[in-house]
Amino acid sequence: MLEIWHGLIKALELIVSLDPEVMEIAGRSLRISVTSCLLASSICIPLGSLIHFHNFRGKRAVINIIQTLFSVPTVVVGLFVFVLFSNAGPLGTFDILFTPIAMVIGQMILITPIMLGLTISALSGVGKEIVDTAISLGASGFQTALVVVRESRYAVLAAVTMGFGRAISEVGCALMVGGNIRGFTRTITTAISLETSKGDLELSIALGIILLSLALIVNVALNRLQQR
Amino acid sequence: MKRKGVLLVIAVLVAISLTVAACAPAGVGALQPQERMKVATTTSLYDTGLWGYLESKFEQRYDVELDIMYAGTGKALEYGSRGDVDAITIHDKAREEQFVAEGYGVERVPFAYNYFLIVGPPGDPAGIKGLSPEDAFKQLMETGSGKFISRGDDSGTHGKEKTIWGAAGFDYEAVQKAGDWYIETGGGMGPILLMASEKQAYTLTDMGTFLAYKVKLNLVPIVDKGDILLNVYSIIAINPEKHPKTNIEMANNLINFLTSDEIQELISNYGVKDYGTPLFYPCAGAELTE
Repeated sequence: MLEIWHGLIKALELIVSLDPEVMEIAGRSLRISVTSCLLASSICIPLGSLIHFHNFRGKRAVINIIQTLFSVPTVVVGLFVFVLFSNAGPLGTFDILFTPIAMVIGQMILITPIMLGLTISALSGVGKEIVDTAISLGASGFQTALVVVRESRYAVLAAVTMGFGRAISEVGCALMVGGNIRGFTRTITTAISLETSKGDLELSIALGIILLSLALIVNVALNRLQQR
Repeated sequence: MKRKGVLLVIAVLVAISLTVAACAPAGVGALQPQERMKVATTTSLYDTGLWGYLESKFEQRYDVELDIMYAGTGKALEYGSRGDVDAITIHDKAREEQFVAEGYGVERVPFAYNYFLIVGPPGDPAGIKGLSPEDAFKQLMETGSGKFISRGDDSGTHGKEKTIWGAAGFDYEAVQKAGDWYIETGGGMGPILLMASEKQAYTLTDMGTFLAYKVKLNLVPIVDKGDILLNVYSIIAINPEKHPKTNIEMANNLINFLTSDEIQELISNYGVKDYGTPLFYPCAGAELTE
């Protein structure tokens, strides 16, 4: 118990003193996760709409596959990206393994199924009567789609929040494709993993608290956005 | 009409996403303004803090970002053979020689050494204190009265452990199945020492990591004498003929740096202030034999 208490105190110290290394690591975590979250949203929201608004053969199967991929382990994504971008791998020429870009790609792959699946559910949650009303008032297909997306914006935002949460909290993929390089690809989660293995539990606890604080700030900001 | 509208929405969103995609990675890319070099290192050179100590000195001298990847010897060799790093610093002579012979590495250059030791609980439940490493392992196997934690990760230390089992006359596969007392994990040397301390088990460790972690551990040296315990660290540059994209020039700079008189002197003094004894001994270019 004493360790957790010391961790809390140390977290406060590190935050108040704006410890440069901790700030740098936290900033990097936030930057990478926000980037991957934005990129994934910009793919998933349109693609989710496309899947939702179109009826095609195998739609149910596609949704099943997406939902199955909710539980893809982070290390499997890490392994996949590693093999893909390793110098000996098919995309080795891009030279991005062990860089933040590879981490962004890994996180995008990781959170795309969740965002896609939740976007589809969000759009499905809009009542048929709203669609009917829109059409009966003479809305075009495009306008109807807009109405549906607008009606479901809270749930879509929840999908984005969920994706961000998974991105900033994952460690397996970040460790494998980022390499946990100090000052370059070390994020809060990989730093926690390293510090714990070094036996520095207080710093780990402090970093954990900082990560949760970051998540809190992002969530409050997103909530504000929702209430507009 | 409806279909057209949906397509328009999608077109707009795709346009937005492409804009974001174009901007965002540029921000991430801006993180790499200067020349970089990647080294995969055995965990002990990292856990002891030696790399942290030498890193900035090398970076300043050659104006390069040195990226150090924490990996066991097995993983470092894998990174090296795939051309994902420019050099590796490891400690497993047999596999190093094989790595060079297969053409992945240019040359094996030893730069430091110390010794392995068997550490364990202060009570020494298996009564192996004072034995040779080979006899100590025999005793562990025969009595089964002490837990032993193995790195189990193809690291240099794990390689040494297998060598000692072999020298003690056991087939390693038989050891793996010997019983609950033999615990295979997977992790760096530091974490394994912490685990051995928690479980009050024996383990094989390099001297440097043990000294660096000593204050956190309830473990004492049990067996520390025996020629088989010699532990030599080498650096190998990745062969540019196999992987033309690796930074051979900077890898050679690093080799010259590590074997220079000045850095060898720093290595021989590293840790003396904090631990009262050096963690590593310099041996630039010299071939040590067991």
